[in-house]
Amino acid sequence: MGNGTSIGRVRGLGSAKEGAHHWWHQRLTAGSNLILTLWFVLSIALLPAYDFETIRQWMGQTQVAVPLILLVVSTFYHFRLGLQVVIEDYQHDETHIVLMVALNFFTLAAGTLAIFSILKIAILAGAAL
Amino acid sequence: MANVRNTARPTSPHLSIWKWGPSMAVSITHRVTGSGMATVGTILFVWWLVALASGQASYAAFLDLFTVKSGALNIAGYVFGIGLTLSFFQHMASGVRHLFLDQGANFELKGNKTTALLTYAVAIILTAAFWAFIIWGKTNG
Repeated sequence: MGNGTSIGRVRGLGSAKEGAHHWWHQRLTAGSNLILTLWFVLSIALLPAYDFETIRQWMGQTQVAVPLILLVVSTFYHFRLGLQVVIEDYQHDETHIVLMVALNFFTLAAGTLAIFSILKIAILAGAAL
Repeated sequence: MANVRNTARPTSPHLSIWKWGPSMAVSITHRVTGSGMATVGTILFVWWLVALASGQASYAAFLDLFTVKSGALNIAGYVFGIGLTLSFFQHMASGVRHLFLDQGANFELKGNKTTALLTYAVAIILTAAFWAFIIWGKTNG
């Protein structure tokens, strides 16, 4: 195994065995994102108003809260995979690792916060009935 | 071993080594719009949801940042609103084009260039249609 060029150092080691999985999940979530985000953008456009009561009532319905949670899971996983590629392309060595850890924390924290908020709105809406 | 990387060698699609053209422009736009939505878009989306879940006062405070007294959008509202919807439609159009490229289709120079330019047209038309509907579509019905 050589120690000079990048190709020399990895030759003979085989693949990382993760590339196809990453690639496929990026495409899989691209498909689900297409459906879920178009639904979201259309629904937002068709709302009669954007005040507190209107949005809470809209989001409190099961047929809105559930696809919205699916949208969070699908888009957040998709951007987690996408930003990983951006970080891998432009950042190396220590900063690469630090940014990947930050990305994982950011995605999980933001995703949990989003899903918790949707559930809180939906469950409180159900309690009022 | 990572510390013996030769930093002088080109590694990735850095903008400086590409000749500008529609195909590479769409590629880097896809990356920029994706990164923008993943950061700015995510923060605003989660902020909106948390404000909504936290009660009337916090939702009013959130809306107040992006609207004037009448309820219409202010400058920040338009910048983030149009910026994010344009990013969304561009990323979507470019993403759909990418799914065709993944099948090995659309690599002929002319078709590749035409569809690259088409993603910009689609993004601008859909963004304009979205905002036209939001601003004028409601007053009539």
